[in-house]
Amino acid sequence: MSVKTDLTETKFNELEAYMETIPVKKGELIRVLHKAQGIFGYLPEEVQKYVAKKMNVSTAKVFGVVSFYSYFTMKPKGEHDIAICLGTACYVRGAEKILDAIKRETGIEVGETSADGKFSITGLRCVGACGLAPVVMVNDKVYGRLTADMIKGIIDNYR
Amino acid sequence: MANYNTHVLVCGGTGCISAESDLIIENIEKQLVEEGMADSVQVLKTGCFGFCEKGPIVKILPDNTFYVQVTPDDATELVKEHIVKGRKVERLLFTDPETKEKVSDSKNMDFYKKQLRIALRNCGIIDPDKIEDYIARDGYSALGKVLTEMTQDELIDIMKASGLRGRGGGGFPTGLKWNFAKGYASDQKYVICNADEGDPGAFMDRSILEGDPHSIVEAMAINGYAIGATIGKVYIRAEYPLAIKRLEKAIDDAREYGLLGEDIMGTGFNFDIDLTYGAGAFVCGEETALIHSMEGERGEPTTKPPFPAESGYWGKPTNVNNVETFANVPVIILKGADWFASIGSEKSKGTKVFALAGKINNVGLIEVPMGTTLREVIYDIGGGIKDGKKFKSVQTGGPSGGCLTAKDLDTPIDYDNLIAKGSMMGSGGMIVMDEDDCMVSVAKFYLQFTEEESCGKCTPCRVGTKRLSELLELITEGKGEMKHLDELKHLSRVIKDTALCGLGQTAPNPVLSTMEAFADEYLAHIKDGKCPAGQCKNLLEYKVLEDKCIGCTACARVCPVNCISGEVKKLHVIDQSACIKCGACMDKCKFDAIIKQ
Ligand SMILES: Cc1cc2nc3c(=O)[nH]c(=O)nc-3n(C[C@H](O)[C@H](O)[C@H](O)COP(=O)(O)O)c2cc1C
Ligand code: FES
Repeated sequence: MSVKTDLTETKFNELEAYMETIPVKKGELIRVLHKAQGIFGYLPEEVQKYVAKKMNVSTAKVFGVVSFYSYFTMKPKGEHDIAICLGTACYVRGAEKILDAIKRETGIEVGETSADGKFSITGLRCVGACGLAPVVMVNDKVYGRLTADMIKGIIDNYR
Repeated sequence: MANYNTHVLVCGGTGCISAESDLIIENIEKQLVEEGMADSVQVLKTGCFGFCEKGPIVKILPDNTFYVQVTPDDATELVKEHIVKGRKVERLLFTDPETKEKVSDSKNMDFYKKQLRIALRNCGIIDPDKIEDYIARDGYSALGKVLTEMTQDELIDIMKASGLRGRGGGGFPTGLKWNFAKGYASDQKYVICNADEGDPGAFMDRSILEGDPHSIVEAMAINGYAIGATIGKVYIRAEYPLAIKRLEKAIDDAREYGLLGEDIMGTGFNFDIDLTYGAGAFVCGEETALIHSMEGERGEPTTKPPFPAESGYWGKPTNVNNVETFANVPVIILKGADWFASIGSEKSKGTKVFALAGKINNVGLIEVPMGTTLREVIYDIGGGIKDGKKFKSVQTGGPSGGCLTAKDLDTPIDYDNLIAKGSMMGSGGMIVMDEDDCMVSVAKFYLQFTEEESCGKCTPCRVGTKRLSELLELITEGKGEMKHLDELKHLSRVIKDTALCGLGQTAPNPVLSTMEAFADEYLAHIKDGKCPAGQCKNLLEYKVLEDKCIGCTACARVCPVNCISGEVKKLHVIDQSACIKCGACMDKCKFDAIIKQ
């Protein structure tokens, strides 16, 4: 497992310190979860339980919120997250073929992480670069005007 | 202060930053230092110019030269040639696709000629991170005018008279909505800016926030004065990091200048703004769901009434408006209701911003007066269909909207006309499709979207959208039957009538509108087992043409599953049982020897 996904005490301390800066806890659950995901990279059960206790709400409520919003994830992402735009403009300009190529290259589906922890695929909606459609982001780098045959070369950069 | 005589504006919108516009700025600045001109030339990172197709854009003032598709490597030449020697860099100018002539001034480009930029007035012109730039263009003078010269009712009357309607999709008259919120007495009221922008092919709200964040801050404060609220909240998608950063800076700067906070401009009026992040749920764009999400709950909608104006955030009177709606407010105050009402069509005043995308030459962000026809937008501004293909349809209104066809091209765009044609204005996504797009698949695309985004609270939406998308899946797989068409229609009607919120009520629109306009295409899938657009994988076959194949082996080498065999200079053959129909071979073949049928 990469360092990013370890549930270290330092990380829990960082989260606690953040929560202490919020004077009124009521209504701030989503804000706290954003921070927690930023710190841990994902929101596993332990983190959800911790947040519930500190925010003085039930774990069920925290789970209810985490599972409702697609931005929150309960699985760790890969070392390199391949985020593909599945917005309408990208769809019309062939995002499906690009996605097929990415799946073929990595052997995983959208929302999954490869067994070696190297890659994950995330589906996004309109990243605001429709002029470059179809668009893929690996980590934070944007690749635009893609064709399926360019995918192998891009992914090879990160192997 | 340095005395700049030349200004270099570089687009810093999300699209252009993706194409390394940050590095362009860096390189231009470096070169300016080298030439000893850093004190006379100012480099500005602006918001989106709108012409995303040809980004990154660099514009040089005072002569208004508009450079397109600039790369970081071009920076040196731009400085040496244009700025030092005063010679235009011809190869980076825009070429008019019809006359083939170079156009250097953006005012002469067809893309801009028919546009009227009100909501986007500052985008691509000012540096969004500098409050001084906004103030220099009359920023915050509308707020000053309102606070010192107008009563709440006078202000609301102006909004009513302007005819401004909500740009978030519903098209509700803004002045009227403000009046409702003002009418309810309470110890605390709220102003909410809806920056959740859920339509998955639209980016106008983001561009306004990235390019002109102060206009939203100012408008929210004006709204606060109108209804008697002292707290403003922006509900913004966490997926918009740049917009968040710029808006946060704008709020901080406004506070520092005394334009937010206590006793604004010494008038005794208090107002402040903070942000709440969305977490990726389309339904949270619906105002009641949005409010629940802001309260830290699951973003499920509730029935209206009560409307937020009566009982909104924490049960208090709340006014919710969309980003683009707000962006219009300061201009209306400064230029007057009559001016605004003179623009547009009879019942839809002002302009509308559209995110023009898909199979069109000039993808980008445009703003046109209401009443402009689809033809003007697609052909004059959009430059027509890509690669000389045939126009098939334009989708407006996102997942709640519908598909318009060639016969609707001369329809003037406004709220009522689009609804009459079976679509809707929505928030401004406009996706153009050509002959290669399968309309059954498009309907399926939207239904899969709503199925995934249904919050699950009401059954018609949760189960209904799933069933609709399953039926569409069957048809695109070639397993469709005639009775499925009746089922689609019947189910659509039931969902429309019984779903709890706007998401469900409008979810069947993409199905109904494509079934109506492209009935023959549905029939072709079901009766002939064919996809006329050649998109549905199960219904097509790739084939090598005997008389055209010269045996170059290119197709066999590119095939990801090695299902093409053949020797050099001999006919190649595709093994249909192994083919995954990715189309790579057809794209690769230089001799048009591979067809799909
Ligand atoms: C499913 C659904 C999604 C919506 N998404 C958005 C959105 O992303 N942005 C927005 O401003 N309004 C959205 N709306 C409309 C809002 O409910 C609300 O009408 C709007 O924010 C009011 O602002 P306006 O009057 O300025 O348009 C959505 C409505 C529904 C039913
Ligand atoms: S739809 Fe992919 S960037 Fe807009």
